Amino acid sequence: MKYIDNNLVQKKMGSRLLRNKLAKLFFLLATLFGLFVLVILIYRVIRDGAAWIDFDFINNKLSTDPERAGIMGAILGTLWLMLVVAPVTMILGIGTAIYLEEYAKKGKLQALIQTNISNLAGVPSVVFGLLGLTVFVRGMDLGNIVLAGGLTMALLVLPVVVVAAQEAIRAVPGFLREASYGMGATKWQTIKNVVLPASLPGILTGTILALSRAIGETAPLVVIGIPALLIPLPDGVFDKFTILPVQIYYWTLDSALVAEYTNLAAATIVILLVVLFLMNSVAIFIRNKFQQRF
Amino acid sequence: MPALAENNKIQVFTSMEEAPKNVSTKKVVYDTKDLNLWYGDDHALKNINLSIYENEVTAIIGPSGCGKSTYIKTLNRMVELIPVVRISGEILYRERNILERTYKVEDLRTKVGMVFQKPNPFPKSIYENVAYGPKIHGIRDKKTLDEIVEKSLKGAAIWDEVKDRLNENAYGLSGGQQQRLCIARALAIEPDVILMDEPTSALDPISTLKVEELVQELKKDFSIIIVTHNMQQAARISDKTAFFLSGEVVEFAQTDKIFSNPSDKRTEDYITGRFG
Repeated sequence: MKYIDNNLVQKKMGSRLLRNKLAKLFFLLATLFGLFVLVILIYRVIRDGAAWIDFDFINNKLSTDPERAGIMGAILGTLWLMLVVAPVTMILGIGTAIYLEEYAKKGKLQALIQTNISNLAGVPSVVFGLLGLTVFVRGMDLGNIVLAGGLTMALLVLPVVVVAAQEAIRAVPGFLREASYGMGATKWQTIKNVVLPASLPGILTGTILALSRAIGETAPLVVIGIPALLIPLPDGVFDKFTILPVQIYYWTLDSALVAEYTNLAAATIVILLVVLFLMNSVAIFIRNKFQQRF
Repeated sequence: MPALAENNKIQVFTSMEEAPKNVSTKKVVYDTKDLNLWYGDDHALKNINLSIYENEVTAIIGPSGCGKSTYIKTLNRMVELIPVVRISGEILYRERNILERTYKVEDLRTKVGMVFQKPNPFPKSIYENVAYGPKIHGIRDKKTLDEIVEKSLKGAAIWDEVKDRLNENAYGLSGGQQQRLCIARALAIEPDVILMDEPTSALDPISTLKVEELVQELKKDFSIIIVTHNMQQAARISDKTAFFLSGEVVEFAQTDKIFSNPSDKRTEDYITGRFG
């Protein structure tokens, strides 16, 4: 006796093939929906803002006059912020990842730290803003300067960098470590000469993606109270500052007062998107160029 | 009389009547005494007693899971990379117990090189692979490094194949070449002993032959301990053979004796292919 009835198979064939097609259609639509929204967004910001982007817009300081207002302050603020965030997250993030992967004994404590780091990656950024306000701005009495904002942002993206670096380190095959230990290398020599070079592309990719997240974050810096006032261009990490997304936020907020602020916000969004696009391209380039297969 | 003592030690584990020849002139490199090892609750090595001599090839054979790899990795304490390992007993290397807390593993592994089952060159240039060991031991001088690299690559019989592309990535080499590169890398730390953990199991027959010839050449200058799955290989290249089974040494004797006239029934069954 045969279990599979050929007549029944034939009868159901049509509906099976139909469902096959429907599934494909659903997944296609899901993808298109995201793309569609993105295209609308890009279309609108370019329509509103593109005409406002010129050399003066990039080079000028903030002004109440929309015709003369520029985003040099926000660009410099963003650069200075990154100069704080990048080294702090890389040193602390890679350090933590190395400790957890190479030194920490696998046990309850390690599992607890690991769970906490994963959870921290999901904590809303506004909470990190409050942390920064309490610890750096008020606790250490730094005020709302680049350093305070940078440390806050560094804490925000740190869990992401740690997890990315951990994954990159874990992907380094054990036989490379064995080869190094087998020649009498110490743990640190093995990490420095074998593990880090092999995992660096992954670590850098993760770090750049984390930095591009930091560049686009608004809430933490609004919470620590960075001003939307007309401040001088920042010259270093101890100056007051603003950054691109915060600029966008305040211009959008005030667009009821001055209609052209909408255009300025849109123009700034275009600039910010270009910066993010460039950073992500660098990350992808690094990943493809230096990726090693073992 | 030391010679007699050494003979006695061997005889404990061989068939008593036939003491290995020429042993008296050679020095003991490794003396394992009542070695026991556990992975957690798993008793992987049981009362191992083995003496390994200078400038000989000692083969370790046995079925999968018999503890032969574990044993060879205990000789340079690589086994400690696994966190749940417990060890008791003594392993004397040149008369010092390497299992003592005060013995620095880095020091031990500088004298005892290792070649692994799968070729594991670093994703660096051929030159950098060989220079790795000398560099971690503090040699910075370019000329000295050049000399070490050339000597080691020649020693591993791969110099002619790679001398024109020392700066190319080692991953561009064939599997057999990679394994000989790994041997060169081990030679570069100028070891006393070379441990080989199934060095040809991932290689084709021709590459295997080259490595076997190399082992014959290397034993003039080094003591070699080789774990192998391949009994013909053990018969071809080793002076002495130890047969491991379920974590115990069943028999340890001159290779020709093990293969022609084993004293233990289990050894005979294994080498004639009745199990394993």
